[in-house]
Formats: sequence, C-alpha cells, structure tokens
Amino acid sequence: MQFQSQVLSNIEVSPGYYRMRMTAPPAVLEAAAGQFVMVKVSRAIDPLLRRPFGIYDMGVFVTPYTDSGTQTFLEILYKVVGHGTGMLADMHQGDSLDIIAPLGKGFDHGAEDEEKILVGGGVGLAPLYLLAKELVKTHRVRLFAGGRSKEDVLCITEFERLGVETYVATDDGTLGDRGLVTQVMLKYLAASRTPKRLFACGPFPMLRAVAGIAEEMQVECQVSLEAYMACGMGACLGCVVKGVNHSAETPDYRCVCKDGPVFESTDLSWE
Amino acid sequence: MTKPNMSVEIAGIKMRNPVMTASGTFGYGREFADYMDLESIGAIITKGLSLRPKAGNNTPRIVETPGGMLNAIGLQNVGIDAFITTKLPFLRTVDTPVIVNLYGNSLEEYGELAARIDDLAEVSGVEVNISCPNVKQGGIVFGTDPAAAAQVVGLVRKSTSKPLIVKLSPNVTDVVAMARACVDAGAEALSLINTLTGMAIDINSRRPVLANITGGLSGPAIKPVALRMVWQVSRAVKVPLIGIGGIMSATDALEFILAGATAVQVGTANFLNPAAAEEIAAGMESWLVEKGVKEIGELVGALKC
Ligand SMILES: Cc1cc2nc3c(=O)[nH]c(=O)nc-3n(C[C@H](O)[C@H](O)[C@H](O)COP(=O)(O)OP(=O)(O)OC[C@H]3O[C@@H](n4cnc5c(N)ncnc54)[C@H](O)[C@@H]3O)c2cc1C
Ligand SMILES: Cc1cc2nc3c(=O)[nH]c(=O)nc-3n(C[C@H](O)[C@H](O)[C@H](O)COP(=O)(O)O)c2cc1C
Ligand code: FES
Repeated sequence: MQFQSQVLSNIEVSPGYYRMRMTAPPAVLEAAAGQFVMVKVSRAIDPLLRRPFGIYDMGVFVTPYTDSGTQTFLEILYKVVGHGTGMLADMHQGDSLDIIAPLGKGFDHGAEDEEKILVGGGVGLAPLYLLAKELVKTHRVRLFAGGRSKEDVLCITEFERLGVETYVATDDGTLGDRGLVTQVMLKYLAASRTPKRLFACGPFPMLRAVAGIAEEMQVECQVSLEAYMACGMGACLGCVVKGVNHSAETPDYRCVCKDGPVFESTDLSWE
Repeated sequence: MTKPNMSVEIAGIKMRNPVMTASGTFGYGREFADYMDLESIGAIITKGLSLRPKAGNNTPRIVETPGGMLNAIGLQNVGIDAFITTKLPFLRTVDTPVIVNLYGNSLEEYGELAARIDDLAEVSGVEVNISCPNVKQGGIVFGTDPAAAAQVVGLVRKSTSKPLIVKLSPNVTDVVAMARACVDAGAEALSLINTLTGMAIDINSRRPVLANITGGLSGPAIKPVALRMVWQVSRAVKVPLIGIGGIMSATDALEFILAGATAVQVGTANFLNPAAAEEIAAGMESWLVEKGVKEIGELVGALKC
C-alpha cells in the first residue's frame, strides 16, 4: 500500500548508519520479515526514484494523539552511501515521507525442528533483526555477523537482547574474530549435527559464499538480495537476477522486487 | 458546474480521457491494480511484445541520472503467446482499451506479430515501436531511417486491421521526415517520444554504469525535447499525436496538449507514484473546470505563438 508517513526519530547508531522510525497504517503489521519498503525521499524530482530498504522493525506504541490511542510504526536501518540516503540522514521528527510497503516476498520460517542460523553483514542485518524477533518465539537462533570493521557490525546488543546467540567476525579484527564471518559459520556447521536452515542478507560475495557452504553442507538456505530498482513492483524489469535455469536460449530472469528479495539459494544462478 | 468532456479518440480508439500509460513502465497493467483504478485512465499500453520471449540485457539495467533515469532493459518480455495466455485474461476484465506495443528484430517479425494481434478481440489497437535494430541488416535501427520505418509500417498496416499507432524515436536529425514517412505508409496516429540514447560513467571503476553501456533516457529531463518534437510534428502531419516524455503532473500533460497532442502517455512517473496516471487525469479535469474549458479537444494545439 502507498501511504504518507511522519518521521518519529532518526538516530545515528554507528558512524554513517542510521535507524529511522516512522508512522505507518496498522495493516503494515502483516508484513513478513524480509519484505521491503520503497521510500520517496523528496517530493521534488531529485532524487527521482524511490529508494528500497528492508524492514528492520515494526510495532505499535500507545499515544494520546491518535483516535485509537495507538500508533503503528516501521523502522529502517540504513547506511549513507549517496544522495538519497544522505538526504534521509538529514531528516527530523515530523518530516514527511511517501512510502510504499510492504513489498516483495519475505523469509519462509522453514520446518519446526530446525535450528535457525542467520548470517549478515552491514545493513544486511536489518531484515534479519525482524526475522530473529519472530523466530526466537519458537526456535533456537544463532547469528553470524560480519563487517569490515567494528562500526559496520550493527545492533548486536539488540539481537542479544532477543536471546540470539551471536558470533562476530571483522576484516580488521576490531570486533570478534579476524576474517570472514562465513568461515566462522562454516566451522560451526561442520561441528554440529542438528538440522538447520540458513537465512542470509549482505553483500553479494558473502551471499555467494553462504550459498556455496549451504550446498556443500546440504543445508537449506534463503538469501535476501539487493538490486537497482525503479518501481519495486515488477513493472520496469530493472532489478532482475539470473535464475538457476538461465541460459541465452532459455532466459530465466527473476525480479528481485517481486519474486524476491528473498530467494531459496538453489533457485539462483551464482555465476 | 458541469463536468468537462475529457474523452478523446485516437485512430478510432475511444478513450474516456487522454491519459494513457507508456509501454514498459506499467507492466501488463495488473501490477498497478492495487494502487489505482485502472478504469480511471484512457488506455493501457503493454510492455513491448515480440514474437518469441526475450531475455533482455545483463544488469545493471537502470540508473538514475539528474532529473531522469537511463534504462537498458533490452526489451525483456514474455512473448506474444505467453501474453495471450497469462496476461490478457486479466486485462479482459478491465473496462479500459488495451493497446499492444510491439517490436520485431526483422521486418518479417513485425508482420507476423501484427497478424497474430489481429485475431485478439480484446486488443483495441497496436503501437509499433520502431526504435529497434534490424538484426538481419547489420543492426540499423528501423526508426532512424525513413525508408526502413515506412517498410515496417506498411507491412504492419497490411497485416492487421487494428488501429495503428507508430511510436517515433527521438534519436534522429529530422523527426518531421520520420513522421511523414510513417503517416504516408499508413500510420493512423503517432506517439512521441521514445527514450533518448544516453550513458552514465562511474569514474572510480572507469566503467559505464549500465551493462549495456548505453541506455534510454526518460523522465523530466527529456520533457523539453519531447515538447519541441510534438510541436514540430503537429504542424507537419494531420494524424492525431500522443505526447510522451517526462510527464509527472497534469500541468506537464496539458503542455503537451497545447503543443498539439490529442493524448499523452505517462511513463517514468508510474515508478515514483503508482497512482500517477489516475492523478494526472483527475488533475487535468480539475484544471479544465477551473478555467471553464468545456472540452479537452479545445486545447489541442491551442498554443499561441
Ligand atoms: C530490497 C532491498 C533492500 C535494501 N535494504 C537496505 C537496508 O535495509 N539498509 C540500507 O542501508 N540499504 C538497503 N538497500 C540499499 C539501498 O536501497 C541503497 O543503498 C540506496 O538506494 C542508495 O541510495 P542513494 O541515493 O543514497 O545512493 P545513490 O546516490 O543512488 O548511489 C550511491 C551508491 O549506492 C549504490 N546503490 C544505489 N542504489 C542501490 C541499490 N538499490 N542497491 C544497492 N546499491 C545501490 C550505487 O551503486 C552507488 O555506488 C536495499 C536495497 C534493496 C534492493
Ligand atoms: C524501464 C522502461 C522500459 C521501457 N520499455 C519500452 C518498451 O518496451 N517499448 C517502448 O516502445 N517504449 C518503452 N519505454 C519508453 C517509454 O514508453 C517512454 O516512451 C519513455 O520512457 C519516455 O516517457 P517518460 O519520460 O514519461 O518515461 C520504456 C521506458 C522505460 C523507462
Ligand atoms: S524494480 Fe521494477 S521490476 Fe523490480
């Protein structure tokens, strides 16, 4: 659905990373973890296109200022990388945004008796937080979080507060192990026999590594992808990725916005 | 206050108002049904269809540029057969004319496609995209050569009795010559403009941003060029024109009507606001009410200069 939203708060949680809370209609609460929002940052034509962000959190709080006495909110966690996110970072409480949400397909929680393993890097942790919130109600959840440096490993305390067991690795060793978090995860998977399911979101090379490990260890794995988007609703075909059956003769393109952003890792071509 | 008459007719296609959705920016209609009333606009134009399914280009396929965007989708589409079985049934339930945008990689493909569409009762008309390379003849773009364009239009004209709209490319030195060639070959209406060829470069990687290197520029950045071309062509040909290029608001749409367009198409704006076409149609009507204009037709080509 498309709606006008007010910024409730916009906090820098780590250098260059912000967490924005905004108002939303109650129907947004039906969103699944992994679904995303398209934000029109400015009413003017610059930036022109909407910017996509994963849903980091959502909920309801009590307030005397609405008819129902409650207000639904959405949160996004974003990194300033360019013009649009730079303008978002300058927004304050009370500023308005035009939002389309929820969009795309979210994570499938999988079977009852599996251990749930989350793997993320940077802002890839955003959709995993909402997922963790749902999964901890019924499952044991572990998070493997990676980043270049400790500033890029976000919201670990929030995950820990949910009761998620977290493992961290950074490229420069400023937090957790030094090296790739996928290696830490691989070690864990190799040592444990219980049935598992992987949920990954982060930079493409990380997702490719996770998909490879999942195949090798024969673990089911879902990945959440990013792509350049114009519409977010399957109309422009700008956001496609190659599906597993893709070849020049038999094209198999999937829209990240509509068929994803969450895919089974085995449904994609990782070349 | 009586409502103004917003209805227009293009090549025999009767529309409730002059606002259509541009090919490639509105999917196959259904994608937008949750966001707007598909029966509030004049016509729906489909994504460009080819005889066989087409894969399209590698990614990145789109990038934003100042006041616009570049796209090199590569005409990815489901192909005419899948369109008929999977997309048309929904469109049949919508009481708004459906116009099929079509393209071919050879002269013969255009003809075959037009013949296939001729049998489809639900399709109100065809819009021929001539901004495509002729693969058989070294890739020269049909829409940049008046003789090649006339050949395509003539063949489509012979292959279908549907109302025939030809969509012009702006990537030419003389758009009026192209327009004349298409009308002489049987076009009953012209739509203009398609995207302007452009490119974007990433200085850090020293690479073009788009995998295809070049792409088509659309959005507000191209509106002045589009307006100029509509105005020039409107003074040279008698057939109705459909103005396209950077239309974001009712004001933009009315500018095209004054320049000589009978109808308009909304493209990139659908991406920013999925209800754009409906809002533009409503905004145009409000403006006519406010100014006491009784019918939209009074404004067509009413530019004073
Ligand atoms: C489904 C989805 C979910 C996302 N979730 C989040 C999130 O939770 N938090 C977050 O911080 N970011 C997220 N992103 C990425 C975010 O959309 C981009 O960082 C943002 O659009 C950049 O806008 P900009 O105007 O600041 O950058 P621009 O000025 O447009 O570009 C600056 C740089 O950002 C890169 N970039 C631009 N658009 C994208 C894009 N769509 N995807 C990846 N890189 C891009 C460009 O390559 C360029 O180097 C998500 C993207 C998708 C597709
Ligand atoms: C993503 C995208 C895909 C397009 N695909 C087609 C197409 O398949 N056939 C066609 O004739 N025009 C296509 N166009 C061109 C548009 O129909 C329109 O002519 C152009 O975008 C200019 O209008 P605008 O500035 O309002 O977007 C496409 C444009 C965009 C942005
Ligand atoms: S962003 Fe337009 S189709 Fe996915």
